[in-house]
Amino acid sequence: MAVTSIGARVARKEDHRFITGKGQYVDDINRPGQAHAVFVRSPHAAATIKRIDISAARKMPGVVGVLTGEDLAADKIGGLICGWMIHSKDGSPMKAGAHPALAQGKVRYVGDHVAVVIAETLLQAKDAAEAVVVDYAVEKPVVDVASALAKGAPAVHAEAPDNRVFSWHLGDKAATDAAFARAKHVTSLDIVNNRLIPNAMEPRAAVGDYDSGNDAFTLYTTSQNPHVARLVLSAFIGVAPEHKLRVIAPDVGGGFGSKIFIYAEETVCVWAAKKVGRPVKWTSDRTEAFLSDAHGRDHVTKAELAMDENGRILALRASTKANLGAYLSTFASSVPTYLYAPLLSGQYDIPAIYAEVDGVYTHTAPVDAYRGAGRPEATFVVERLVEVAARQLGQDPAKFRARNYIRNFPHQTPVIMAYDAGDYHASLKKALELADYKGFARRKRESARRGKLRGIGFSSYIEACGIAPSAAVGSLGAGVGLWESAEVRVNPIGTVEVLTGSHSHGQGHETTFAQLVSDRLGIPIENVSIVHGDTDKVQMGMGTYGSRSGAVGMSAIAKALDKVIAKGRKVAAHVLEAAEGDIEFKDGKFTVAGTDRSAGFGDIALQAYIAHKFNGQELEPGLKEGAFYDPTNFTFPAGVHICELEVDPQTGDVRIEKWTAVDDFGVIINPLIVEGQVHGGIAQGVGQALHEGAVYDPVTGQLVTASYMDYRMPRAEDLPSFVVDTTVTPCPSNPLGIKGCGEAGAIAAPAAVVNALTDAVGHEDVPMPATPQALWRACQKAPRLMAAE
Amino acid sequence: MTTVSLTVNGQSVTKDIDPRTLLVQLLREHLRLTGTHVGCDTSQCGACVVHVNGVSVKSCTMLAAQCEGAFVTTIEGIAEGGRLHPMQEAFREHHGLQCGYCTPGMIMSAIDIVNRKGTALDEATVRHELEGNICRCTGYHNIVKAVIAGAEAMGGGMRQAAE
Ligand code: FES
Ligand code: FES
Repeated sequence: MAVTSIGARVARKEDHRFITGKGQYVDDINRPGQAHAVFVRSPHAAATIKRIDISAARKMPGVVGVLTGEDLAADKIGGLICGWMIHSKDGSPMKAGAHPALAQGKVRYVGDHVAVVIAETLLQAKDAAEAVVVDYAVEKPVVDVASALAKGAPAVHAEAPDNRVFSWHLGDKAATDAAFARAKHVTSLDIVNNRLIPNAMEPRAAVGDYDSGNDAFTLYTTSQNPHVARLVLSAFIGVAPEHKLRVIAPDVGGGFGSKIFIYAEETVCVWAAKKVGRPVKWTSDRTEAFLSDAHGRDHVTKAELAMDENGRILALRASTKANLGAYLSTFASSVPTYLYAPLLSGQYDIPAIYAEVDGVYTHTAPVDAYRGAGRPEATFVVERLVEVAARQLGQDPAKFRARNYIRNFPHQTPVIMAYDAGDYHASLKKALELADYKGFARRKRESARRGKLRGIGFSSYIEACGIAPSAAVGSLGAGVGLWESAEVRVNPIGTVEVLTGSHSHGQGHETTFAQLVSDRLGIPIENVSIVHGDTDKVQMGMGTYGSRSGAVGMSAIAKALDKVIAKGRKVAAHVLEAAEGDIEFKDGKFTVAGTDRSAGFGDIALQAYIAHKFNGQELEPGLKEGAFYDPTNFTFPAGVHICELEVDPQTGDVRIEKWTAVDDFGVIINPLIVEGQVHGGIAQGVGQALHEGAVYDPVTGQLVTASYMDYRMPRAEDLPSFVVDTTVTPCPSNPLGIKGCGEAGAIAAPAAVVNALTDAVGHEDVPMPATPQALWRACQKAPRLMAAE
Repeated sequence: MTTVSLTVNGQSVTKDIDPRTLLVQLLREHLRLTGTHVGCDTSQCGACVVHVNGVSVKSCTMLAAQCEGAFVTTIEGIAEGGRLHPMQEAFREHHGLQCGYCTPGMIMSAIDIVNRKGTALDEATVRHELEGNICRCTGYHNIVKAVIAGAEAMGGGMRQAAE
């Protein structure tokens, strides 16, 4: 059997179980004696709880327990945490209110957790939940940043009386203001980055199990990072010490950020399992997911770009109000700050940048990382500004970009980041060719003849992935380090298990990670298993998000593989009776240099375990090595996406005619999987631009878009097939040269779509999501364009 | 309680169920056929698609009791004699899945599309016919490729190639 090398386009090892219906997702797991949990949720956006009467519910058939915030407090179970400290401009720490897993006295958004009902069957639990009587004193909610920051607005938490959690900034204000003062041209935009609901197709779920014999808990949960979940549940929430708490995240049906966080429901299930003496299972239904999964984006920004007389960018200024929802979710504070403002340089050489961000409490679901997390918001600001600036200056938007691109690497931006490598002109050139930019004018005329408005839009995005050097993120406020771990266990017959702290929920790690092992050890990919998602198997890890599993997780595996090979060399020296320094390892064979004496990897593995050929006191038997890899820098994937579309001015309907993506992800392990990541990202970005938007009623605070009937998910017919290609500048900051590819599409796409739409309709006033209604309105504003052709 | 008897993946089963039980609950909870998934509560996502008497059905939208005497096929029942169904093979070959959650419903819908529309499918038809199935991971690009290739294989393309 052959080696599968890095760069090979191989089908996925994990697929067999998914295409045959044998995946094991959390809801597929049932524990003996398990009972079912249903949450009583607040129907109000803001209210004081006067009384909770559970007496009737307790008497309902099949009910095993009814628990409220009082029980949680009595057991000294701590609140949910936000793991990233942000300091305001004045140096004061962010003002965070408590976040109990079950409400204590107040509810702060529709869907907030009031009580849990546990019964023999799900239907019985649902019936009993209806019988919990909650007496609310309803209050006036604030659902958007403007009303939350208005004078006299009700405070969501007493800790932040004006609803400002932090008032943060980054960059050199004086230098930026000075650059604006001497600018020949300034482009200004008011930008709303619409609120999204992640909607992984597998809803969240949890099974809590308590083993009284060993006083130990197990939590099966839909998590992107089971070790982080265990750490938080243990060290902060206080459910159980880490060695008494096993967290298992089996097959997970998509995450996109929403399954990073440690939520109320998981916490309650594991705690309640001991409380009621039964395994407790909860599976979110889709309506609950809409209400209570952490949402994404929701920024209101004023942005400006300053240029000199030649159209060179001098400075960028942005002022953003970020809606954080009613409570600070696990990484909520980092998303609109350090994952956002440091990306405001885009691919451009911008001498001065200043950004200020207010994080704002509202009576809405918590907002946290969603695919791209801060970087799509930054890219949207930069790429809209650049596009509009080019139009205002009468310059070609591609040429305007090229003129302002960074040329020399490494490049230090004014906002923290040191870009290590890239070739932005190369991606642009390739994208322009693939998109047949030259032929666009002709196609536009042809559309006009049919009464359609054709537009083309660019997005020259950058992202910071591979998060990140632990000390660096620590200095910025992170509560954790962002290294990754790996353990390579070689079995006596030469097959290999790799234990990784990364978690796969669609990314295909079981294939790509095995490809790396196959390539390095020269063994067939079939002989490699990847183990992840169980804190009893993998010692520790930081999980998967921020496109970090390739750059950081695989680097840890590479490091452990180096140690395996080094140890193998020692064993081979004894077996082949040569000096260790003379042993070479190549193509799965240990060879004495310059001779034909060699032994295969499997033979040496067996010898390492038999330990007959060497002195066990001098060389330890066995072949198993571990590594922790701490990245040296962020990685900087970048690329150009071009969207070409047609708008029907009569109906506001839009058709994407062609999508061209040229991305630089550094070294690629498996192009098939990388392309899939790009496709999925683009679809989510197009969703944001054209279809998706979470809407809260401003008066009642009800979530109006709480089902697939109201929240428009992109469907197959909304999208074209994509033209996806790459350029490669290897990443110098990790041993494999990988940059990461998971978020690129979602980061790039919204700006490309809106730039194309505004090109089509001939003015800049197009909101996201650009629904047919919004586009029809926008078309009414520019009838001159239709007449002009 | 009510009793329902039906044939699932070729096996006759009889179960006592709460009359409110949905077909998907019968499959997942009573028969432990967990390949059929639930992704929504408004009959929109298609994660739950199975075949009832040879026609695709959203099993979250049908009461189990309505299936008295019916022949139900789920994702677990389409591979024959250890050999994957051509549509399953095509999804793997073309990377038509990432997290795998929508996949069983996609494959069951895809087979139904071929049954209705034939084995020579074009992209526009496939995209239109997939309107009842949501995937959040793939952007549909590779699903569409997989369905077209799987349809062709169902028409004999792949069998010839394999023999
Ligand atoms: S679960 Fe049946 S359509 Fe969504
Ligand atoms: S593969 Fe994840 S939802 Fe389709």
